[in-house]
Amino acid sequence: MLLRERDGQVEVLPRDFPTNRGGLCQKGWTAAELLDHPERLTTPLLRGPDGRLAPATWAEAYARIVAGIRDTQAAHGPDAVAVFGGGGLTNEKAYALGRFARVALRTRMIDYNGRFCMSSAAAAGMRAFGIDRGLPFPLADLGHADTLLLVGANPAETMPPLARYLTELRERGGQLIVVDPRATATARLADLHLQPLPGTDLAVANALLHIALTEGWVDREYVAARTEGFDAVRRIAAGWWPARAERLSGVPVADLEATARALATARNAVILTARGAEQHAKGVDTVTAFVNLALALGLPGRPGSGYGCLTGQGNGQGGREHGQKADQLPGYRRIDDPAARAHVAAIWGVHPDELPGPGVSAYELLDALGTPTGPRTLLVFGSNPVVSAPRAARIERRLRDLDLLVVTDFLLSETAAIADVVLPTAQWAEEDGTMTNLEGRVLRRRALREPPPDVRTDLRVLADLTAAVDAGAPSYRFLSSKGPLHPPSAAADGAQPPGAAADGAQPPDAAADGTEHGGARQDGADARVVFAELRRASAGGPADYAGVTWERIDAADGVFWPCPDEDGPDTPRLFTERFATPTGRARFHPVEHRPAAEEVCAEYPLYLTTGRVLAQYQSGTQTRRVGALRRAAPEPFVELHPDLAARLGVGDGEELRVTSRRGELRAPARITATIRPDTLFAPFHWGGTGRVNSVTNDALDPVSRMPEFKVCAVRVERVTP
Amino acid sequence: MSGRIVIVGYGMAGARLATELHARPGDRKVTVLGAEPHRAYNRIMLSTLLAGKVDERDVELTELAGQGVDVRAGVAVTAIDRAARTVRTATGEQLGYDHLVLATGSRAVVPPLAGLDPDRLPDRVVPFRTLDDCRRILAAARGARTVLVLGGGLLGLEAARGLAARGLDAHVVHPTGHLMERQLDPAAGAVLADTLARLGVRTHLAASATGVVAGADGVRLDLADGRSLDADLLVLACGVRPDTALATAAGLRVERGVVVDDRLRTDDPHVSAIGDCAQYDGVVGGLVAPAWAQARVVARLLTGEDAHDRYRPPPGVTRLKAAGIDLAAMGELPAPAGGAQAGGAQAGGAQAGGTHATGPAAGDKNPVAARCEELTFADPARGTYARLRITDDRLTGAILLGDNPAVGTVIQLFDRGAPVPADRRALLLGRTVDGPAGGAEPVASPALMPDATTVCRCNAVSKADLVGCWRAGARSVAEVVTATRAGTGCGSCRDAVAGIVEWLSGVDPVEVTR
Repeated sequence: MLLRERDGQVEVLPRDFPTNRGGLCQKGWTAAELLDHPERLTTPLLRGPDGRLAPATWAEAYARIVAGIRDTQAAHGPDAVAVFGGGGLTNEKAYALGRFARVALRTRMIDYNGRFCMSSAAAAGMRAFGIDRGLPFPLADLGHADTLLLVGANPAETMPPLARYLTELRERGGQLIVVDPRATATARLADLHLQPLPGTDLAVANALLHIALTEGWVDREYVAARTEGFDAVRRIAAGWWPARAERLSGVPVADLEATARALATARNAVILTARGAEQHAKGVDTVTAFVNLALALGLPGRPGSGYGCLTGQGNGQGGREHGQKADQLPGYRRIDDPAARAHVAAIWGVHPDELPGPGVSAYELLDALGTPTGPRTLLVFGSNPVVSAPRAARIERRLRDLDLLVVTDFLLSETAAIADVVLPTAQWAEEDGTMTNLEGRVLRRRALREPPPDVRTDLRVLADLTAAVDAGAPSYRFLSSKGPLHPPSAAADGAQPPGAAADGAQPPDAAADGTEHGGARQDGADARVVFAELRRASAGGPADYAGVTWERIDAADGVFWPCPDEDGPDTPRLFTERFATPTGRARFHPVEHRPAAEEVCAEYPLYLTTGRVLAQYQSGTQTRRVGALRRAAPEPFVELHPDLAARLGVGDGEELRVTSRRGELRAPARITATIRPDTLFAPFHWGGTGRVNSVTNDALDPVSRMPEFKVCAVRVERVTP
Repeated sequence: MSGRIVIVGYGMAGARLATELHARPGDRKVTVLGAEPHRAYNRIMLSTLLAGKVDERDVELTELAGQGVDVRAGVAVTAIDRAARTVRTATGEQLGYDHLVLATGSRAVVPPLAGLDPDRLPDRVVPFRTLDDCRRILAAARGARTVLVLGGGLLGLEAARGLAARGLDAHVVHPTGHLMERQLDPAAGAVLADTLARLGVRTHLAASATGVVAGADGVRLDLADGRSLDADLLVLACGVRPDTALATAAGLRVERGVVVDDRLRTDDPHVSAIGDCAQYDGVVGGLVAPAWAQARVVARLLTGEDAHDRYRPPPGVTRLKAAGIDLAAMGELPAPAGGAQAGGAQAGGAQAGGTHATGPAAGDKNPVAARCEELTFADPARGTYARLRITDDRLTGAILLGDNPAVGTVIQLFDRGAPVPADRRALLLGRTVDGPAGGAEPVASPALMPDATTVCRCNAVSKADLVGCWRAGARSVAEVVTATRAGTGCGSCRDAVAGIVEWLSGVDPVEVTR
C-alpha cells in the first residue's frame, strides 16, 4: 500500500506490486480510518482500586509494570513473567521482543499468536525442505502455473488481490482446484471443488499420491535424484486406495483422479496450503502429505511449479523468523542449538548459558497463566488472545487470574479491556520498520506521520522497559552496525563463541547516542538500530538477513532472504539446485490419516469449522471499528445448510446457540447451500457471546502445537426468545 | 496379560493389526507369522498389478520394524496347542503366546469341475487371490490373446478389467442371469455388462461351467448348454472360503468361519480371529473395511487402551472404480417386483411400504410403519444407473453406476446414517438442478440486476453504487473503478463492472439520470 497525506488526512492507495498488482480490498482502502479513530488509545490506562481503567502517565504505567515484574520474579522466578507477541509485528519488533524476554526478563516463557496461524506449515516445511519460507518462489510464478491446487485456502476473501492470479489462471485455460468443506468465494471460482468432511484432508492427499503411483505419474527420476525417504511414503500411499479416502472424506474417486491428473500432467503445477489444512491437531502431518505429493510429482524447485503456504497475518513470515517463538532465536535459529545460542548470546552481550532454553507453545503458555506453576505476569504485544485463542472462555479466565496483565495496542481490544495496564502504541503509518511477506521478500514500512503526542511505538516501549529492568547490563543497548556481519567459522574456533571477540565485549555505553544513524539512539527505540543488530544476529542462520539493508529494499522493491552479503544476490527462488537439508535432498515423511481430536457423537452430532470473512481481519479489533467494514460484515453468524435449518426449524437470521464440550456461541443463523449439511461454519472475528473460540477445541498438534481450530463436535439449537 | 501376542497371517488383516499394535505404547512382544513369502501387500491393488500399471514394489504396505514387532514372512503355522499356548511352525519351531490372533484369511474356491484337481491346477488355470496367483496369471498371459474369467463377481470383473487393459480379449463367464448379483439388481447388472463391453470385456451370463480341458496351447471351458469357450488362459474368480483349517484342528468353534464374539474372541479367551477367516454374527468377511475395524478393536482391547471397545460391523459398501467403470453398491435393496425400473416392497418384507415415486410413501395407513421411498434413474445408453432406498429419511441401500458426482455423499450418508437431502435429485443426479455446484454465479444482465446486488464483493460495491458514480459524472470503466474501487480486489468482477458501464453508456441517459 502507498500512503499519501492530504489536508492532514492519510489516504491509502494501492501500489503496483507483484503481490497485489495495483489491487486492494476494502480492508486496505479503509485502513487509514483507524489512525484518527475516536476510539484510539491516546494515553496509558491503569486499572484503579475501583476496578476501572483510567488514564495515567507513562511514568505511572512503567512503575506499575516494573514493580510487577520485579515482585513476580522475586517470588516465583524469572519464568513467572511471560511475553506474548503477534504475527502482525514488524521484524524489528519481533526481534526486540524476543531479545527483551530472553535478556532483560530472562524468561523462557515467550510465544506468539503465529503459533495459531503458521506453525504447522512451518514445521512441515522445515522437516521436508530444511527451511521454512512460505513460498520458496516469487508469487508471480503463479502466473505461469497451469494447475493450481489450493488446500484450505480462501484468498478471494482473505487476500483478494492474490485472487487475481486465480482468475487469470482460468482465463488462460489453466485449472484451479480448491479443497474446502465450504463452497467459498474461492471454491466457486474453481474448475473443480473437492468438499471433504472437515479433518480428512490428509486422507485426500494420501489418496492423490496413491493415484499418482498407480497411474505412473510419480517423477521417479526426480525422486531418485533430489529426495530421500520415498519408499516408506510409497507404502503408506499404497494403503490409501481412492475408494477408502472417498468413504472417509466424501470426495468422489473421480474427482480425486481428476485432481491427480491435473497436477501430474500440467507443465507447471503448484500446490498451496493454508489454515484450512493447517489448523488441526494433525496439521503438520496434513501439510506433509501435500508436500509428499508435490515431491513425488517433482514439483519443488522446478521453476513455475512447487509447494508453498499462504501466510495469514501482515508479517506472518517475518514474525516467525526472529525469535518471538518459544523455541527460536533470530534468523530462524533453534534455541536448543548450542552454536546458535553462542552466536546470538555474543551479539546480545551475555554468556550463552544465561540465555533461557525453549519455552512452551502459545496455548500451553496461555493455559498455564495464573496457575500455581505458571506465569503470573504477562505482557501482550499486538495480539488479542481473548478472541483468538481456542477454548477462549478458559483462556480469558486464565488471563484474569494473573497478578499483572499488560497489553500494548492502539485500540481497546477484548484482551486490553481486562488488562491492568494498557499502553497506547503507534500504528503502521506512524512507524518505520520491515516486514517479510509470504514470498520471503523483506519489505519496508515507512512512517508517514508522528504518532499522537502521548502514544509511543512498541520499540520505544521495549527500550524503556529494558532500561528500567536491565539498565546495568551490557545487553541494555543494541550493537552498532559496525564490524563484520558474519561470524568467523564456528568450526575454526570452537572454544570462543562466534562473534564474541568482535562484538561481545562492547561496553554498554560505547555507542550511546551514536551518530552513524543520523543521531539515532542505540537503545533500541529506533527500528534502524534494531534492524542493524537483527542482520548481525541472523547472519549464517536459515533466514539470513545479513545482506539486507533498508536502502537495498527501497532500490529493489524488496529483498528475498536468504541474502548473506550486501554485495551478493538475494534468493527469489529456493531449491533450484539443492534443498536446505544436510544432504541437499528433500525429505519424504510417511504420514497416516488419523481422526479429528473430537469426532461427532450423539450428543454433539455436527462438525464446526471456523475461518474469516472478507470484510474483517483477525480478532476484529481493528476492522470492527471501521464503518464500511462494519456495515459489510456487522455481526457474527453461524452458517448452516438449508436441510439442517429445516430440520431444526430455524429461519434465516434467527438466533442460534452452538455448544461444544467447552462452551457456547450465540449468533444469528445464515442459511446457505455452500456448506455441507453435517457442518457449521462461524467466523472468529468477534468476542463476547458471538465468540466462536469459546467452542473450538484446544487439542494441539504434537509437533507444531497448533490448536484444532478447524474442526470440533457441536450441537446447535434455536435460542427461544 | 498380553505380553506375547502371536498373529497368524500377514495379509491385510494381520498386517493391519501389527500396525495398530505398533502404534500404541506398551511393553509387549508381537510376532507375525505369514505363510506367504512376501512383505504385506495391498490385495486391492492386485488388479492394477494385472493391468500392468504398477509393479510389485508398489503394492507393498507399510513395513514394521522394531518396537517389539517381529514379522516373519514365509513362515507357515502348522498347529496350535491351546493347552500349552504355543503354535508350531512348518520349520518345527514352537512359539509361546499369551494371546493368539488368527488372521489366516481365505482361500480361492476352485469349483468342482470335471478336469480340475484343486491340488494340481494346470499352468493355464489360475485362481485370482494372492500375489503369487498374479505372478502366475501374468506369466501365462505373456503371449496370450484371450482370457476367460470364471465368475462375474467383483473380483472376477476386476481381473477381467485388468487383463483387458493389458490388451487381452477378456470374457467373463457367470452362472447367474446378471453380474454381481449379490450387490446389483438385474437392471444395474445389464448396464454394467454394457459398460464392460465398451471396455473390451465380454460377458457370458447364465452360463454354467461343467468342465475344463487344459493343454499346452490353451484351455477349453465346457458349458452346461453344450457350448464350449476356448482361450489361452482361465482365471478362476469363484469366490473365497475362510481358511479355518488351523482353528478346526485346534478344536475351536468353527462354522463357515471361526466364530467370534463382539470382542473378536473365539470360544478360547486366549484366541481371537479377525478378517476373512472370522465369522461374526453369522457373517464371514471378505472386505477390507470390517477386517481393519476388527484389527483396531483387538488392538485397543489387547493394549488396554479401551477394555470396553466392541466390534460393530461397518456398513458394507462395494466399490468398483477403474478407468471407465464407476460402481458403488451398498445396503439392502429388495429385488424389484416387476421390471428393471420399478422398485417395490420385498415379497413378504417387513413393515416396509415401498413406493416407486420420488416422495414420501403415499397412502401409508400404518402410523408406525417406516416411511420408505425408492428412487431410480436409468440412462443405460450412457452407462448410468442409480437406485436409492430411503427409509425414514435415511439411506438404507443404493446402487450407483456411471459417473455420479454424488457418489461420495451417498456413501457417507449411508455410512453415517445421516439424513438425506430434502432435494433427492442431488443424490440421484449428482447435483441439484439449480444448486451451488458448478462454478461462479452467472452475471445477470445489467438491466435486470437489482440495484442492491453486490457487484464487487471485495469492496462492497453494489450496482446502485456504480450507477450513482456514473450519474455523478464518471464515464469510463477506469473512472468508475477509481471512484468506487470496484474490481480492485480480486478482480473477478471486472467484466461485470465493464458490462454495467457499457449498459449505462448505451441506455438513454435521461432514463438513467432521472
